[in-house]
Amino acid sequence: MAATELSFYDRISDALANPDGQLAIAAGAKAKYDNRARAMSEFPSMEMTRDRARSIRAHTLSQLDKFLAEFADNVEALGGHIFWAKNAQECNQYINEIARAKDVQLVAKAKSMLTEEISLNQSLETSGIDVVETDLGEFIVQLSGDKPSHIIAPILHMTREDVGNVFQEKLNVPFSDDPATLNAIARAHMREIFLKADMGISGVNFGVSESGAICLVTNEGNGRLISTAPRIHVAVMGMERLVPTLADLSIMLQLLARSATGQKLSVYSNILCGPRRKNESDGPEELHIVILDNGRSEILGSALSEILYCIRCGACLNACPVFHSIGGHAYGSVYPGPVGSVLSPLLFGDPWNPLPHASSLCGACKEVCPVDIDLPGLLLKSRSQQITKGKSPLWMQLSQWIYAITSCNPILFGLALRSGQVVSRLLAYDGWFTTLPGPLQGWSTHRDFPALAQKSFRQLWDKPSQG
Amino acid sequence: MTKTKKSITQLLVTCMVDAIRPQVGTAVKTILNKNGCEVEFPKQQTCCGQPAFNAGFLKQARAMARHTIDVFTNTSGPVVVPSGSCTDMIVHHYPELLKSDPVYSSKAKKLSDRTYEFTQFLVDKLGLTNVGAKYNGNTTYHPCCHGLRNLNLVQQPSTLLDNVEDLEQVVLPCAEECCGFGGLFSVRMSEISGAMLDKKLSHVEETGANVLIAGDVGCIIHMQGGLRRRGSNIQVKHIAEILNGCD
Repeated sequence: MAATELSFYDRISDALANPDGQLAIAAGAKAKYDNRARAMSEFPSMEMTRDRARSIRAHTLSQLDKFLAEFADNVEALGGHIFWAKNAQECNQYINEIARAKDVQLVAKAKSMLTEEISLNQSLETSGIDVVETDLGEFIVQLSGDKPSHIIAPILHMTREDVGNVFQEKLNVPFSDDPATLNAIARAHMREIFLKADMGISGVNFGVSESGAICLVTNEGNGRLISTAPRIHVAVMGMERLVPTLADLSIMLQLLARSATGQKLSVYSNILCGPRRKNESDGPEELHIVILDNGRSEILGSALSEILYCIRCGACLNACPVFHSIGGHAYGSVYPGPVGSVLSPLLFGDPWNPLPHASSLCGACKEVCPVDIDLPGLLLKSRSQQITKGKSPLWMQLSQWIYAITSCNPILFGLALRSGQVVSRLLAYDGWFTTLPGPLQGWSTHRDFPALAQKSFRQLWDKPSQG
Repeated sequence: MTKTKKSITQLLVTCMVDAIRPQVGTAVKTILNKNGCEVEFPKQQTCCGQPAFNAGFLKQARAMARHTIDVFTNTSGPVVVPSGSCTDMIVHHYPELLKSDPVYSSKAKKLSDRTYEFTQFLVDKLGLTNVGAKYNGNTTYHPCCHGLRNLNLVQQPSTLLDNVEDLEQVVLPCAEECCGFGGLFSVRMSEISGAMLDKKLSHVEETGANVLIAGDVGCIIHMQGGLRRRGSNIQVKHIAEILNGCD
């Protein structure tokens, strides 16, 4: 991923300057958050299932090499091809090569954040191949030349009117903001694509090591169509997305749907085992599974490895008050919200370093995470790693040392309190400061700051009568 | 009121209360005294180091953690803190921060085991549900994030407030959403923090309450500073001030 032109701070300002977009995002995220809460309250063994899911993820990642090898062997035994891609370039190149060798003109795609991560569409389009997103939200994003703003709900930032306008302009149909009408238009357009496409490309929600099966979860059935109708199916899987057994998969699916949308189960959960066999009447002639590293094996060996537990449900985005305020685009990464703030600097490098600081550490994300990832803890670790690597402004390093030295010496601390009292007496008005100097001015753009009490608690303790 | 033997408690008042809202410390002391606790205030105490910890400055945070541990190591009895956030720092983060320190890891664990947030101490340790307070006002309560999610402070504050005579309480919509304080976050990401604060304060104004109650002075000055900027007369009070019955 390339860094976007605007800085994170500029994108935040832009997002906050658009109250309509902010409202759409907050309302959409809140609705999903409420749906999740309702689904979980009706799920009696929720805590137990969550613990189980977490231990499945931990167990899988602790022996990932073993499970990956088992998965790959089983896929090949089923007649599928495995390609190990170290990075985005290797992955895109491999898929381009298959497309060229098999004379692919049209690709039908299911929604996959991983393919967004590696800009696969652009890579194929550069080679002259048509790529059509078949998930409704992704299709709208593609038509409007936009980017997804949420890992589950790509058009969370758009209103019905926005969608109507995009359809009118790009598909040359009369304007409508009626969801059923819009759906029917997309469906008619899409049928053609499914039938004509030479290659279907999907992500993988979970790979199952014991059988070499892959599971695709959709609500629209497009995943099933693109993985069965075209003659070639390419599935791109992040190397961490495995479960050891089918029984483990059932635990994950129960939590994934509830956490993402509040459904007990997604409408379509397809478990696909290899390409079409001799006696079968449908399915792709070829199945290629690309297992992509793209920085993940380094994360696996790091202090932040817990972020790889993530099953991409988006619940942490929906719970996050920061995400509610600025939406997904402001993060400038395919992975926004709390999970994205941890992942993006790891996957995409230093330009994303400000993201882990965009959190008040309120903990709402950890509360809803289906695999109980300690997201606030990981954000803190990410921050401290930046400090260790010397990537914080000099003024902040200096002020943190002054603050620490003062706090470790009660005499200095007492003096600091007294100086603060003098400054307050001289400069505060009616007990408050309305502007703060230098690096602290951020505070006073939105709120006043209280003057220090003229007698601190420690002074009152000595002479309580002065209180 | 439960009759207990005069027992010694240590007050860790927090730097915010010390410097900005000393009346919170006074209220805590008064309530503890009334309920059979002798209160000691070790004067070497400063700041627990949470602002450094949250900003990722672990060396500085460790230095302050060691200082705070030293201050309380030779004292006796439970340590009471009128802040969910600082309690969380001591109870959960000190042991983690100092786990490879040969001298301080066990000391951190000991301090962690005897440290309580103020309402947690009253309800869970002293077994109180009613501190005999009277407060005439129309109020709403904001549960501060670290107390709520990291210490599970739900029952304790609500039980205590429900038993305050004359106290009118209105439920705060979206009460569990963060006010946007987050320490350095409010300075470094001030625009986002400001947007979160605006949402919070709009909900507070919706309730029609004239007093907003919370348990962390950091969040209190953030919300009070925001209300003042909006020209609102709503007062933000620490729960100890309400439980001390000072109208």
